[in-house]
Amino acid sequence: MLSAQQVLDRNFLEIRANLIVVAAALDRIDRAAGADRVRADPRVTGIGKALKALMEGAPNRAESVQMVFSEGYDPNWARPRAGSR
Amino acid sequence: MSYIDPHIHMVSRVTDDYQRLAQAGCEMVSEPAFWAGFDRGSAAAFASYFRHLIEFEPQRAARYGIRHLCWLCINAKEAEDVPLAREVICLIPPLLDRPNVLGIGEIGLNKNTRNEATVFMEQLSMAADLNELVLVHTPHLEDKYKGTRMILDMIRELGRIAPERVLIDHVEEHTIKPALEAGHWAGMTLYPVTKCTPARAADMIEGYGPDRLMINSAGDWGPSNPMAVPECVAEMKARAWPPQTIRKVTYENPLAFFSQCKRWKG
Repeated sequence: MLSAQQVLDRNFLEIRANLIVVAAALDRIDRAAGADRVRADPRVTGIGKALKALMEGAPNRAESVQMVFSEGYDPNWARPRAGSR
Repeated sequence: MSYIDPHIHMVSRVTDDYQRLAQAGCEMVSEPAFWAGFDRGSAAAFASYFRHLIEFEPQRAARYGIRHLCWLCINAKEAEDVPLAREVICLIPPLLDRPNVLGIGEIGLNKNTRNEATVFMEQLSMAADLNELVLVHTPHLEDKYKGTRMILDMIRELGRIAPERVLIDHVEEHTIKPALEAGHWAGMTLYPVTKCTPARAADMIEGYGPDRLMINSAGDWGPSNPMAVPECVAEMKARAWPPQTIRKVTYENPLAFFSQCKRWKG
C-alpha cells in the first residue's frame, strides 16, 4: 500500500486536471444560450450537491456522490409474484 | 501474468481482440448473453445467438489459446416483452447440459420496470429449480442503486439460491456493500465513462478486501476496452499490491466462482 504522500504525489495532477474539466464544463453551460433555464435542471442541481459532498471531508465521498445521482429506493416496492416455468 | 476476464461480449469484438487478450495473458473469458444493441424480435434469433455463444465463439477463442465459457438468458432490456421472454426462457433448459455453459446470465433489471422484474424472477426461479449459477446485470447510472436493491430483495425473498452462487455485476461505490453483505460475489466493470475506472476498482478492493470480488471489461459493441483488466492490474502494481492479491481478484476469484457450476471441469 502507498502512503498518503505517495498517493498525493501520484494523483495530484490527475485531480487538478479533473477539477479544471468540471470548472470549464460549468463555465461552458453558463455562457451558452438559455443558461438560466437549465439552472433548475436536476442534473445541474445534482452537480452542485456533489461538489458540496466533496467539501464535507467525510469518508466515502465517492459513495456520497453516487447517491446524489441515484433514484430513491422504496423497500416496499410492488414485487411480481414468484414465477414458475 | 495470467488472468481471467469474467464478463466480456466477444461476439461484438473483432478477432484481433482475442490476439491482444492472449498476448496480455488472458487464459479464460466468460460471456453472458446480452442485448445486441437492437431488439431481436423472435425466439429463433435467440436460438441462433445461443448457438453462436455455445458452439462458434469457443472455437474462435481456442485459436488463441483462450478458454471461452458462456451464460444463457433473456437480457433485461428485451425482457420488457414478456411473451417473447417466456419463449426464449423455454429454449434454455435443453442447452444447460453443454460443458461450456456456466449458468443463467446476465439476468437483471435495466429500467427497473415491473415486466423486467417479472422476467427476472422467472429466470431466477428456473436457475433455482435447475441448480444453476446466476450472473446478475445491475442497471446503469441513476437506476443502479434502486435496481440493485430490488434485485437483492428478489433473490433473498425467493430464498432458493445460496447467495454464494450468485454474482452481482457492475457494482460501484454505492452498491458493492449491499451485494457483499448479502453474501454474493460482486463484479466491477471497467468502462471508459460509465461504471468504474481501474483506479476506482482498486479503491473498492482496498476498502472491502479482495474476497468475493472480481473485475471485468464487459467489452462489447459500445464504448468499452477489452484490455481493461490488464490496465487495472497495472494500477494495482503501481500501488505496490502483493502479487497474490492481484492474482486472487483477477484469476482465483473468478475461477472459484465458476467452479461451483455442476458441469465444471477444471
